Amino acid sequence: MSGELRILPVAFTARRPQRMIERHIVAYRRQWLIIVSGFFEPLFYLLSMRAGLGNLVGKVSVAGTQVPYDAFVAPALMASSAMNGAIFDSTGNVLHRLKYARIYDAALATPMSPTDVAMGEIGWALLRGQLYSISFLGVMAALGLVQSWWVLMALPACALIGLTFAGIGFAGTTYMRGWADMDIVNTATMPLFLFSATFFPAASYGSWAWVVQLSPLYHGVALVRAANAGVWTASILAHIAVLLLVSIIALSIAARRLDVLLRK
Amino acid sequence: MTESLIVARQLVKRFGEFTAVDGIDVEVQRGEAFGFLGPNGAGKSSTMRMIGCVSPVTSGSLRLFGLDPATHGAQIRRRLGVVPQLDTLDTELTVQENLWLYGRYFDLSRSEAKRRAKELLEFAQLADRADSIVDHLSGGMKRRLSIARSLINEPEMLLLDEPTTGLDPQARHVLWDRLYRLKQQGVTLVLTTHYMDEAEQLCDRLVVMDQGKIVAEGSPRELIDRYSTREVLELRFTAGTNEALAPQVQGIGERQELLPDRVLVYADDGEAALAATHARGLQPESALVRRSSLEDVFLLLTGRTLAD
Repeated sequence: MSGELRILPVAFTARRPQRMIERHIVAYRRQWLIIVSGFFEPLFYLLSMRAGLGNLVGKVSVAGTQVPYDAFVAPALMASSAMNGAIFDSTGNVLHRLKYARIYDAALATPMSPTDVAMGEIGWALLRGQLYSISFLGVMAALGLVQSWWVLMALPACALIGLTFAGIGFAGTTYMRGWADMDIVNTATMPLFLFSATFFPAASYGSWAWVVQLSPLYHGVALVRAANAGVWTASILAHIAVLLLVSIIALSIAARRLDVLLRK
Repeated sequence: MTESLIVARQLVKRFGEFTAVDGIDVEVQRGEAFGFLGPNGAGKSSTMRMIGCVSPVTSGSLRLFGLDPATHGAQIRRRLGVVPQLDTLDTELTVQENLWLYGRYFDLSRSEAKRRAKELLEFAQLADRADSIVDHLSGGMKRRLSIARSLINEPEMLLLDEPTTGLDPQARHVLWDRLYRLKQQGVTLVLTTHYMDEAEQLCDRLVVMDQGKIVAEGSPRELIDRYSTREVLELRFTAGTNEALAPQVQGIGERQELLPDRVLVYADDGEAALAATHARGLQPESALVRRSSLEDVFLLLTGRTLAD
C-alpha cells in the first residue's frame, strides 16, 4: 500500500473532535475580548493600505484588468490573515495545552483519541478563522474593494488556507521543546507573508518566480484573488490540489506525533 | 464468583534501552482495593499508564475487563476513572466546567454531565467553589476535584497514581475517607503509593515493586507477618557513632539493620531486645519499640528504604 493511501484515513478516524471545540467555546466565553480583538487586525491593515501605499502605487493588473492597488492587496491580506490566525491558534495555544496545561493528557484518559484532539484543535482554528474571514470580507465590501459576487468563494478558500496552516502549525508545534522555539514561527511566517505575491504580482520576481510557488500561502492568495476578481481558470484546481495535499500531509504528521508524544 | 478486571502476564514496558516494567504478573478482582507499593522509579506509574490504556505494552499480555488495550483502548477507557500523579485539571475552566466538560469526552449528554457534576461537587466537598477558577484552589481541593472528575463516567475501576503525594495530613485523611466510600460502593480501586500508611489504610492486597519487578505480594498484614518480626526496636546513638556501635547489637533479636540515622533491631519482643541492648552496656540516645510496618518489609526485600 502506498504512503498516501495509508496517511489519508488518519484525519477521518476522528470520532469526537467536536468535544475539544466545545471545551474551547466554554473556555473562551470568559475571554471574548481576545476573540473580538482579532477583528481589528484586518481593519487596520486595509485602512493603512488605502491611506498610504495605495496612493503611491497606483494601479496593478489582475487577470488582464487594471485594479487599484488596495483592491489588489486586499484579497492577499485576507489570505494572509487566514494563515496568521491558523498559525496563532495551532502553535502557542497548542504548545501551552500540550506541554504546560496538559489538557490533552486528561482528554486521552477518556475515549478521546489523539486524532480527536488534533482534529478538534484544527476545527477550532478553522471556526475562529472563518469568523475573521467573514469580518474581513465585510470590511472589504464597506471600503469598496469587492469586485465580484464570486468573492463569497473567498470564505471556503480561506478555510482551506486555515486547514493547511493549522496543520503545519500543529505538526511543527509537536516538535517544539519549549517557548523559545516559538520565535521560529515568526521567522517562518514573515517571509511567507512578504513573498507570496502578496504585495506585488508573482511576475515581478522574474526568474525567481518559481520560488514563490513553493509557498503554500502563494496558492491561497491566488485563490482569494481569483474569487474577488470572479475570474476562474484551470490553474485554480492546481492551487486547491497543492493546499489539500499539504493539509493532508501536515494533519497526518500532527496526529501521529501527538500519539507518539502522549502515548509513551 | 470473582471476576478479574486486570490480568497481566509477563508485562514489560521499555523506553529505548531502559526497562521500566520487567515482566510482572498481576491480577485484580472486581471490588478489590489493590496497591502498587514501591519507591520512585520502581515502574509503578508506567504500569498504571499501561493499565490506563495510554501507554502501549512492549511485550507480555494485558487484559482489562477481558479486553485488549491495543485494540479496545477507547472501550476500556470508557469504564475507567483515572487520577494522574500530577493534576491535569483544566486551569482555564471553573470547577464545575472541569467536571461536566470532562463528562462530554465520555459522550454524556450535556444535561446528564451537568447533573453528575453537581452530585460530584457535593461528594468532593466543593459545592461552594463550583464557579471558582481551578488555579485558586488549594492542593487538597485540586486533588479532590481530580478524583471527582475521574468519577464523571461512573467508572467500574478507579486508577490513582500517588493520590496523596504532596498533601498535608488532614487533606490526606479527607481523601482516604472519600476513597473508602467509593470502595464501599463497589468501585475497584487500583493505586500506587510510596507511603506505607496509605497502603495499609486503603489496600486489601498489594504488590511491592522494585526496579520494575514484583518482589512480594499479599495483604499488608500477610506481608508483615511473612517478611518481618512482630516488633521493631529503633535505636539512635550519638550522631556519627551508629556504624561503630552497630556490630555490638549483633545477635540481639532476629535481624539488625543499619540505617544512616538509626539502627533497627527486628524482634518479636521489642522490650526484651531493648533490655538485652542495655545489658550489653550500650546507651542509645533514644530507643523506640514499635510494630512492624510495610516499610520494614520493603527494607528487608530490597535492602533500601522507600525514600531512597
